[in-house]
Amino acid sequence: MQADLLAPTRRALLRGSSALFTAAYLPRLARAEGRDPRFLTIVLRGGLDGLAVVAPVGDPDWRTLRGDKGLALDGQIPALPLDDFFALNPSMPNLHRIYRAGQALFVHAMATPYRERSHFDGQDVLESGLPGPGASDTGWLNRALSALASDGSAAARAQQAFAIGPITPLVMRGPAPVLSWMPPRLPPVSDETAMRLLDLYRHTDPAFAGVLEEHIGIAAIARAGGMDAKPADGSPAVQTGGIAQVRTYFAEAAGAAAKFLARPDGPRVGALALDGWDTHVNEGAVKGRLADLLGALDGAIAAVETNMGDAWPDTVIALVTEFGRTAHINGNDGTDHGTATAALFAGGALKGGRVVADWPGLKDADLHDKRDLKPTTDLRSVLKGLLRDHLRVDEHHLETTVFPDSATTRPIEGLLA
Amino acid sequence: MARDARAAALALHRFGLGPRAGAIEAIVSDPQGALMAELDRPDAGLVATPDLPSSGAANRAVFEFNAERNAKDKVERRRREAAQKLAGNAGMENAMAAQSEAQPATTEQPDQVPLPRRIFLDEARARFDAAIGAEIGFVERLVWFWSNHFCVNADATVMAGSYEREAIRPYVLGRFADMLQAAEGHPAMLVYLNNVLSIGPASVAGINRDKGLNENLAREILELHTLGVRSGYSQADVTNFAKILTGWTIRETVSDPDHGGEFVFLRRAHEPGPERVVGHDYPDTGLDQGHAVLADLARHPATAPHVATKLARHFIADEPPATLVDRLASRFLETEGDLKEMTRALVSAPESWAPQQAKIKRPAEWIVAALRAVGRNGDIQRIVGGLNLLGEPLWRPAAPKGFSDDDAAWLDGLGQRLDIANTFAQRVADQLDPRAIAEATIGPLASAETRSAIERAESKPQALTMLLMAPEFLRR
Repeated sequence: MQADLLAPTRRALLRGSSALFTAAYLPRLARAEGRDPRFLTIVLRGGLDGLAVVAPVGDPDWRTLRGDKGLALDGQIPALPLDDFFALNPSMPNLHRIYRAGQALFVHAMATPYRERSHFDGQDVLESGLPGPGASDTGWLNRALSALASDGSAAARAQQAFAIGPITPLVMRGPAPVLSWMPPRLPPVSDETAMRLLDLYRHTDPAFAGVLEEHIGIAAIARAGGMDAKPADGSPAVQTGGIAQVRTYFAEAAGAAAKFLARPDGPRVGALALDGWDTHVNEGAVKGRLADLLGALDGAIAAVETNMGDAWPDTVIALVTEFGRTAHINGNDGTDHGTATAALFAGGALKGGRVVADWPGLKDADLHDKRDLKPTTDLRSVLKGLLRDHLRVDEHHLETTVFPDSATTRPIEGLLA
Repeated sequence: MARDARAAALALHRFGLGPRAGAIEAIVSDPQGALMAELDRPDAGLVATPDLPSSGAANRAVFEFNAERNAKDKVERRRREAAQKLAGNAGMENAMAAQSEAQPATTEQPDQVPLPRRIFLDEARARFDAAIGAEIGFVERLVWFWSNHFCVNADATVMAGSYEREAIRPYVLGRFADMLQAAEGHPAMLVYLNNVLSIGPASVAGINRDKGLNENLAREILELHTLGVRSGYSQADVTNFAKILTGWTIRETVSDPDHGGEFVFLRRAHEPGPERVVGHDYPDTGLDQGHAVLADLARHPATAPHVATKLARHFIADEPPATLVDRLASRFLETEGDLKEMTRALVSAPESWAPQQAKIKRPAEWIVAALRAVGRNGDIQRIVGGLNLLGEPLWRPAAPKGFSDDDAAWLDGLGQRLDIANTFAQRVADQLDPRAIAEATIGPLASAETRSAIERAESKPQALTMLLMAPEFLRR
C-alpha cells in the first residue's frame, strides 16, 4: 500500500508533467542521426503460448500436434497468413495490418537463457537480464539507460524512464530514475485468477465456493448489459466474461504509455506488464480465453500506434514473455509451462514484415525435453540488436552491464529499417 | 508443550492478528505460553500517543473549528450575495467568475483536511500501528472485541478514537466492572446513546424546561452491555435506571473553554429519589446511585454467561461449545469479573484449539493480517476505505449492538475481498516472494491444494492474491 507513495498519482503527474518532462531528452547519438527513438517494453506475464500466436501452419507436423485446437489457414476462423510457413492468430487483425505494412517483426523458437519452468524465476531472468534467476533488484532496460548516461552518448537527463501501472516492473527498476504513472483504474481481477480461486474453493471450502460463484455470476450479469456484451454462445454459466474490462485496461495502459512517449519533451523509454497468459485450462487459442486476451493485446498495440502519432516511425514495441508452453495440448484443453515461444515486435522503426526463426521442427525428437518447442534463438540477441541499433547503447555495455555474461550471444543485425 | 507449528500458526491467526515474518517460529516451542505472556506484558493494551488529544480536548478543538468555519461560511455567503448584486442582471457568467475568483483552488494539503477528519485519521493510524506492530496481537484483538462490545459511533462524536483509548484499553485485562463504569460514564457514550439529552422529569431542570427522560443508554446497558436481551429485566427497570442516570452529561463547550466536553454530574438534571432496578433498591446518592447500579449489574449472574458467550463466539465459533462458555462464565464469576483470568481460561480451554479454522476473519483482522504478512504499515486512508468497502467501517457500527460476530455477516463480502486482495497484490507483490510469505503465514496450516494454487500462480501478484484469499488465510 505504501508503494504508491513512490508513484505520483495520475492527477499529480498531469499537473506537474511539463516540469517533470521538460529536461528529458533523447540519446545523443541517435539524435545526431536525425532520429528520436521510442522504446516500449510490454512484459506478458504467465508464459505466452507462442505457437498459438504465430503458428507454424507450414510445418507438416503442426496439424497432428494441435489438431483443431491450433490455428489453421482453412480453420473455422482462418488464421492470418504471414509468409508461406507462419500465420498469425485471427484475433490480431491490427498487428497483421502493421506486419503487412512492414512494421512488425516476430521472432520464433526464441527463449531467455532460463530452462526451468517456474513463473517467478522465469520472470526474474526475463526482466533482470541476468543469465539465471537470483536476487536482482534491477532490470536490463533500466541498466541500458544508465549505460547511455555514463558513456556520454546521452545528456544527463536522457536516462529518464517511464513505467505504467501500480508498480514499476523489475525490467524498469534500477539506478536510472523512473517516473511512473498509474492508470485511472487498476488491472481488474482477471478471469484467470477468479477461476483459479474458485477451483481452490471447490476443493477446499464449499461455503466460499458458493459465494464466489454467485459473485462471479453477478459480475457477469452486470457486464452483460454493457456495450461490450456479446451474444450468448452457449458457453458455461461460470464464464466470468471479464474480458471487456481487460480490453479496456490493456488499451488504456498501453495507450497512456504511448501518449507520454510521443510528447516532444516526454520520456523515450517505457515499460508495462500485462498479466493473464498462463493458460493451463481451456486455452481457447482460436476461440476462447486466449483468443480474447490476444484480441485485447491487439487493441493495446493499436492504441500505441494511434497515440504515438507522428512518433510511430521512431517507435519499437517489444512484447516479451518469460517462457512458452508445452507443444502438446494437455488433458484440460490447455498447455503447461514450456520453453521456447515467440516474441512480438511492432513499430515504424523496424524492418518488419518477416518472421525471424531458425525453425527446430515439431517432431517429438525435435522438441526440448520431448515436450516443448526447442529454443534456437536467445532473446538477448534480439534485444541487444534493438538496444544497439535503436537506442545506440554501446556493445560493451550490452554484454557487461545490460545483459551480463552475454558476450557470446551476438546481437542480431539488421532489425531496424 | 512440544514444538507444534500448527498450534503456533493457529494461535497467531485465531487469537492474534496473523503472523509476521518469523512469528510462527518464534512461538513454536509454546504457543499457549506465548499468548499468556502477551497478557502479562507491562502496559498491555495501552498505546503511546503523546500527540493525540484527550476526549475533552478533541471536543473543544472541534467546537472551535466548527465555530470558525461557520463564521467563514457566513462571510463567504455575504461576499457572494454582494457580487451577485453587483453583477445584477448583466449575466450569470460575471457572477460565476466573481465567485470562482473568491474561492481558493482546492488542494489536498494535509493541513486542509478538516479537523474532525484529521483526528479520526490520527486515531485510526494509532490503532492500526498498534495492531500491525504487535508481536502476536492477542491484546489488540481483545481491545477490538471490547471496543465493539461497548461500541460508540464516530458519526455521532469526534471522541470515538479517544474513547477507546480512555475507556477500553486500560481495562481489557482488568475488571469488567471498571470497564463498564468507564465506558458508560464516558462523554462519547453519553453523547452516542443520548444520555446528554436525558433529564429527570422531577429534577429542577426537568421542571423548569419541561424536559424528560431518554431511556436509550439505560436500555442498551441492560440489553447489550451487561445482562443481555430477555434476561429478565422489565420496562420499569429500564425507566428507573434511566432516571438514575439523569444528570450524567458533559460540560458545555461554549461556556467552558478549559473543561468543556468533559464528564460532569449535573445535580440540577438528576431525578431525585430512590429507585428500584432489577430487584435492588438504590437510595438517591447522586452520582453514586448510578455507580452502584453498574457495580451490581457487573456481578449479576446473567452478565457472566452473556459476556462469556460473546467472547467465545468472537474467538472460537458462531455456536461455541457450551462447555467452553461454562468455563469462561465460571471463571468470570469466581474472579469477580477479572477479564485477564477469563481470557486465560479461553486460551487454556481445549475447545479453543480445535484444528478446524471455523471463523472467517473480520475485515479489519484480515486487512491487518495482510499488511503484517507483507511487512507494511499501509496507508491509513486506504485501510479505512477498505473497511468501508468490506462493511466494517471503523468505529461506525450500524447500531449499538456493534458489528456482528456471525460468519454469515461476513461471507457475502468475499467478492469485495477478492477485489481488494487483487488491487493490494498488484501494488506490492512484485517486490516480494509470495511463496516465502505463504510459508511464513499459513505454512503449517496450508492444504496441498492451496500450496499448489500459490506455487502455480502465473505472476507474483496472482500468487499473493491466492494466498490472501486462501481459506487458511481468510479463516482463523
